[in-house]
Amino acid sequence: MNKWFGRYHVLRDIDLTVDRGERIVVCGPSGSGKSTLIRCVNRLEEHQEGTVIVDGVELTGDRRSVERIRREVGMVFQQFNLFPHLTVLENVALGPVEVLKVPRAEAETRARVQLDRVRVGDQAKKFPGQLSGGQQQRVAIARALCMQPRIMLFDEPTSALDPEMVKEVLDAMLDLAGQGMTMLVVTHEMGFARSVADRVIFMDQGRIVEQNAPREFFAHPENERTRDFLAKVLPR
Amino acid sequence: MAAPAQNRPGAVPDEAREPPPPPRGPLAWLRRNLFATAPSTVATLAAGVALGWLLPRAADWLFLRAVYAPDYEACRALDYRAACWGFVAEKHRLILFGRYPWAEQWRPLLATLLFVAALAASAHPRAWRRWLLPAWAPLLAAFFLLLRGGVAGLSPVDPSAWGGLPLTIVLTAVVVAASIPMGIVLALGRRSRMPLVRGLATLYIELVRGVPLITVLFVASFLFPLLLPQGLRLDALARVAIGMTFFQAAYMAEVVRGGLQALPRGQGEAAEALGLGWWRAQRRVILPQALVLVIPSFVNSLLSTFLDTSLVTVVSLYDLTGSLRLALGDPQWRNFFLEGYLFVAAIYFASSFGMSRYSHWLERHLGRWARA
Amino acid sequence: MLLAAGLGLWRNTAHNLAARQIRSGFAFLGQRAGFDIGEGLVPYTPDATTLRAFAAGLGNTLRVALVGILLATLLGAAVGLGRLSRNALVRGLSTAWVEVLRNVPLVIQLFAWYLVLTQLLPDPASPLALGAHAYLSKGGLQLPMPVWTGGLGLALERPEVTAFGVSGGLSLTPEFLALLLGLATTTSASIAEIVRSGVLAVPRGQTEAALALGLSHRQVIRRVVLPQALRVIVPPLTSQFLNLTKNSSLAVAIGYPDVVSIANTAINQNGQALECILLIMSVYLSVNLVTAAAMNGYNRRVALVER
Repeated sequence: MNKWFGRYHVLRDIDLTVDRGERIVVCGPSGSGKSTLIRCVNRLEEHQEGTVIVDGVELTGDRRSVERIRREVGMVFQQFNLFPHLTVLENVALGPVEVLKVPRAEAETRARVQLDRVRVGDQAKKFPGQLSGGQQQRVAIARALCMQPRIMLFDEPTSALDPEMVKEVLDAMLDLAGQGMTMLVVTHEMGFARSVADRVIFMDQGRIVEQNAPREFFAHPENERTRDFLAKVLPR
Repeated sequence: MAAPAQNRPGAVPDEAREPPPPPRGPLAWLRRNLFATAPSTVATLAAGVALGWLLPRAADWLFLRAVYAPDYEACRALDYRAACWGFVAEKHRLILFGRYPWAEQWRPLLATLLFVAALAASAHPRAWRRWLLPAWAPLLAAFFLLLRGGVAGLSPVDPSAWGGLPLTIVLTAVVVAASIPMGIVLALGRRSRMPLVRGLATLYIELVRGVPLITVLFVASFLFPLLLPQGLRLDALARVAIGMTFFQAAYMAEVVRGGLQALPRGQGEAAEALGLGWWRAQRRVILPQALVLVIPSFVNSLLSTFLDTSLVTVVSLYDLTGSLRLALGDPQWRNFFLEGYLFVAAIYFASSFGMSRYSHWLERHLGRWARA
Repeated sequence: MLLAAGLGLWRNTAHNLAARQIRSGFAFLGQRAGFDIGEGLVPYTPDATTLRAFAAGLGNTLRVALVGILLATLLGAAVGLGRLSRNALVRGLSTAWVEVLRNVPLVIQLFAWYLVLTQLLPDPASPLALGAHAYLSKGGLQLPMPVWTGGLGLALERPEVTAFGVSGGLSLTPEFLALLLGLATTTSASIAEIVRSGVLAVPRGQTEAALALGLSHRQVIRRVVLPQALRVIVPPLTSQFLNLTKNSSLAVAIGYPDVVSIANTAINQNGQALECILLIMSVYLSVNLVTAAAMNGYNRRVALVER
């Protein structure tokens, strides 16, 4: 798959397969195209060449197929993007009510289940502005989960958080991984990659440069650029 | 679990940037911008049909079958089926210059051209040096003298005979020039720490902004004669100019206040720490920065003053709008009001649109030049 | 310094008023007005007091302002959303609407509308029929009007064409129509810009998050973008409403009897310019205050809740 932003070739010859239940971590320097890559999976970005197939359905410009695919793909953003004018509970229930046409009462029940799952159940009636960053991001995870997606995309979920709140979000993601969710995670948190990932992918300048199981990836990086990156990113 | 099959061991040759995909031709643009979805297609078709019906007819009426010569018989024969630009051809000097003496109309024309040229020259930020603002003073004086006459062999023309576009320019220029310093004083007053000053300034600003311009023009026309001592007369133009200045000053004050508020507090504190007195600090540190910040808003104020001058026709001043109504007073040409209004509207539109484009351009480029 | 100037002006005024034998005070409001007002909702005859004349004028101002605000908001919202459309034609036409209306003075538009309505339309004796029971002519627009027929009865009084013109029904004069159209179209251009900025002010991430959940475009706008955009739109929208109300004072240019026109007539009659001007200024300032208070209340209620 290839993608250009105008004349800038942002994704070059991407060839990637993700199996059900796999946990994949994508890392790389900024500008390498990692966020763009996962945003192509739910068509927040459009690719110009190649095909993207999600759960057997090809991703094209057709509005209906895009909406169908988006129901199966959950996304968590770096900036949380919670809806500030709705309560936490309404945020999480919005998807099921509007898209899955679930009655409101049942949607709210499901929402509470997801909120408890990420341990913010007691904040249900508050507004996002009243929550800490870590709590907001966990609500965002609950919001995506409430749609019962087949795959969860995480776009640098902890990069906008104060350090003391990173752990609570990573713990929520760890729980999720432990329950068998297919996950595609863009992150700089190498600890997470080591403990949870089935595969770590290194991207640079729009290409997938190297990918491997975490043990091999961290112990014996094969490509020089990977080594450079790891040297800068891993603590000594 | 997939095997790591796509490894590229060793150094990956980094090819030169790939060429972009083949350019999506005009057909693709059409498809995306006009026919992307069903409602969009419907809208395009509906608009297309409407425009297809309207545009040829408008072109026909406005240009193709119109009469351009000042020929009254030909215009009457048209019977509204096409535009009679002959009206404009016949009356354009009255519309543009009002009741200014016919033989002397080269003077307002020259004055207007000089003014526009000076405006164009001052437009680029590169021209904003210390001598620019003072340089405008002789220019405005020359403008006035050309119109007024009485010197250098020019016959005197009373301001009550001034009209049309030069009058609009005079009013706009005077009001803007006078309201800026007034606005600055009011804005500083509104932010003052002395409660009396702050109260008075706020009262003035809120009062004036709450009433329509017409009431201010009424005050100028009806009340000023009462306020002045017996024997002192101010002609209509001066009264209106003063009234509009007081009006515009309140809006200018808000513009300046916006700039003052946008300035970081640190600037004031630094000036204070240096031991500069309040007034010195304002003059040398605060105001220069605040004013530069709001230059685009100033241009917008200039623009709205320019458009507002059309109101003076209500108090019987013959600006561009007033002179048009004067021209339409001629019973022979009265029926061609549409052509007259289109002509004058076009003049306003061209000037105003140009100014607002300039304001946008300025906003984008100010960052680059302000520090130069 | 200010006090000295103020005193000087006061003395001049008193002197001049005496010299011209103009009375002072508001007693003139209780006297017979002696002039006619072309239209209005407040019952009025030339024998009524001047105060009633001003009340009639106020009624006319509010009448044209309220209908104008409604029209302008509907038009403005449509054009504002049109400027954001993906369809290039719709976008272009909306932009043209906004640019033309904002760059031509309102007075010019009013005169143009007025002349078109009073010169180019057919005579009242043979009006243009709009639908079954509405007529448009030089005499204005006549519409069916619901009339209360006592008890719980509600009938529709329909206008009829006679040899002298159209009679009956709700009659909207060309002055009213010209002022309404001019105000509504001009203000709609400013409202369009406000709506556009409001929608653009909602961060892109909100739309993306909503889309990622699978919401359709319409759902995204209704549930996520619009509620947030409204918070940004309402304050400047209110000042546009106030602008429209202030601009209705231009009625004096085309002869619509709003409160400023009435004041103008009164001043020409009895010369008490100071009192009349104070009256109309207080009218506008009160409208301002009431609207500002209402707006502050609304703002407090819908403010986003934060820690």
